[in-house]
Amino acid sequence: MAAVRTSSEVALNRVAIVAVLLITLIFLAPIYWIASTAFKPRNLATTIPPTVLFQPEISPFVKLFTKRSQLRTPPTPEEYAAAPWWERLVFDGGEKVVRDGKGNVQPSGYPSRFMNSLIVAITSTILAVGMGTFTAYGFSRFRIKGEADLLFFILSTRMLPPVVVAIPMFLMYRAVGLNDTHWGLIILYTAFNLSFSVWLMKGFIDEIPKEYEEAALVDGYTRMQAFFKVVLPEAATGIAATAVFCFITAWNEYAFALIMTNRRAQTAPPFIPSQVGSGLPDWTVIAAGTVLFLLPVAIFTFLLRNHLLRGMSFGAIRK
Amino acid sequence: MTQIELRGLQKFFGAVQVIKDLNLKIEDNEFIVLLGQSGCGKTTTLRAIAGLETIDEGDILIDGQPVQHLKCSDRDIAMVFQSFSLYPHMTVYENIAFPLRATRMSKAQVDQEVRGIAKILRITDLLAKKPSALSGGDMQRVAIGRALVRRPKAMLMDEPIGALDAKLREEMRAEIKRLHVKQGSTTIYVTHDQIEAMALADRIVIMHEGVLQQVGSPDEVYRYPSNLFVAQFVGSPVMNVANAAVAEDKAGASVTVQGAPQGFAFPRELLSKLNGKAASSALSLGIRPEGVLVQHEAADGFLPVEAHIIEPLGSYDIVDLKVGDQMLRARTRAGYVARAGARVFARIDPSHAHFFDAGGQSLGVRL
Repeated sequence: MAAVRTSSEVALNRVAIVAVLLITLIFLAPIYWIASTAFKPRNLATTIPPTVLFQPEISPFVKLFTKRSQLRTPPTPEEYAAAPWWERLVFDGGEKVVRDGKGNVQPSGYPSRFMNSLIVAITSTILAVGMGTFTAYGFSRFRIKGEADLLFFILSTRMLPPVVVAIPMFLMYRAVGLNDTHWGLIILYTAFNLSFSVWLMKGFIDEIPKEYEEAALVDGYTRMQAFFKVVLPEAATGIAATAVFCFITAWNEYAFALIMTNRRAQTAPPFIPSQVGSGLPDWTVIAAGTVLFLLPVAIFTFLLRNHLLRGMSFGAIRK
Repeated sequence: MTQIELRGLQKFFGAVQVIKDLNLKIEDNEFIVLLGQSGCGKTTTLRAIAGLETIDEGDILIDGQPVQHLKCSDRDIAMVFQSFSLYPHMTVYENIAFPLRATRMSKAQVDQEVRGIAKILRITDLLAKKPSALSGGDMQRVAIGRALVRRPKAMLMDEPIGALDAKLREEMRAEIKRLHVKQGSTTIYVTHDQIEAMALADRIVIMHEGVLQQVGSPDEVYRYPSNLFVAQFVGSPVMNVANAAVAEDKAGASVTVQGAPQGFAFPRELLSKLNGKAASSALSLGIRPEGVLVQHEAADGFLPVEAHIIEPLGSYDIVDLKVGDQMLRARTRAGYVARAGARVFARIDPSHAHFFDAGGQSLGVRL
């Protein structure tokens, strides 16, 4: 390591720092835009040039979670005074909260769509990573006839754009009744992620010396026990990395969710843009929905960040 | 009380036969070393005994029972790997306890056993550490502890100290010997290092290209190598081998190294011993460096030779002597031959001489 830095190295270093900052800014700009829009009053959401300084509001989130309709007549002062703070925010926007006959507030479709997203993404991630790990272990540890061909075949399922198969899939799903069901999407996303999961996990498991299992075998364990007690803990890094990628893919998937689901099993991505409000598109509500939608992936990635960083350098650096 | 017997063992990797008709009987409590170059089949043999490798032909018997169809977990054999193979996500304690937890042993007893073996191996203060925090020697101690802790029928060691540096290797060698004497268990140890083999073994099994070459105590294989391979593989520095011719002369017998003007004097007995043995014209003479005697003064039976290269090794020197077309390496006192190119006189100690036929088999003639 050179302890002394030449002036040109220092200059280069500064250029690199500026470049990294710029790139980071470019990547963060849309996130800032959407996050700030989620707190804007509706009339400032679409101004050109965009408003940067404004009084943040919570009303987009209130609207996101409630079912609303257009106000024909403004609320009477009594109605306005009797309404809780959040309902007043809706009144202020020229809308009213829809209540059922007993006066209960009707929720919007967002919470259930969000829940659908969680169910579908988590289940398909568990399935894809689980099956992928087992498959990868088999490919990694046993001599399999036509191993290279089989692996290529698995990879080839990712070689065409998914939309190409959307219509045949739709027809097949309709025939077997999987349309607009959680399992329909789970199966689809699992299949879609499986090849990725197998390949990624095979790389990670190949890196685990097989002596560990052999040691466990002579220590009196069966191969299955050796897999769970020795291989899995060692593969934790790879499993975390694979899980994050699979989760992101399933979480963000739009095209199939749009085609295959419409109500019961609809996930958040196709739902959010359909939230056009009761009149014109309400961009602040869309932005609020998007911001909340970003959170699970951010949290998941944040929790696994140490594993992810290790995952990135896995194989390159081994003690 | 464990005997292990291999009967007609054969193993193929594809078309390559890595073990060829191996027969071996290992007695209870014996320390057996499988010695050979890499690829000679010694590790495959060990793995076959452990059950990590299937065999194509033959039987593996433990205490008279064939075990080749049993899974390794059912053979009750422990193994120490060259790479140590400590489970990185477990502490030293958990590593050692791991084989015990495969059995129905109670927690208290596991604890007692782990602490007992840790005490013997002097690693008690390491129990809470992760393997990555250990030195190479300590890792191997833990690996040995993990193998010994459940008192297996037999202990297999695959180059257990091969990955350590030279000094540590010597230390661990003594440690392994100490443990074997203290604990006593049938042990099969694989190495390519003949010094390790000599130092540790009750009996050495020398293998070459999948074929067993010789089985014997360290002394036997050193003093009575059954063929040229064993002769040259065991012992350091390596045994000299030279094409030689045996003839009768007025003093007795003489052995002339190819290209040399004169022969070395041997007792007349040699002739009668060689008589009836394979064609004496195509002989190989084998002589360890300590059997080549060197002095500065001319004397009866000593031939004038030229010192070619001198390797000082501290307690002794190895001097390459040009005799005829061949080089003979002699072991001398440190600094005895001062410089390369010096003229000295050399003789062969007949009691150190080995004779091999054209096929490299020992003629079994010793004086």
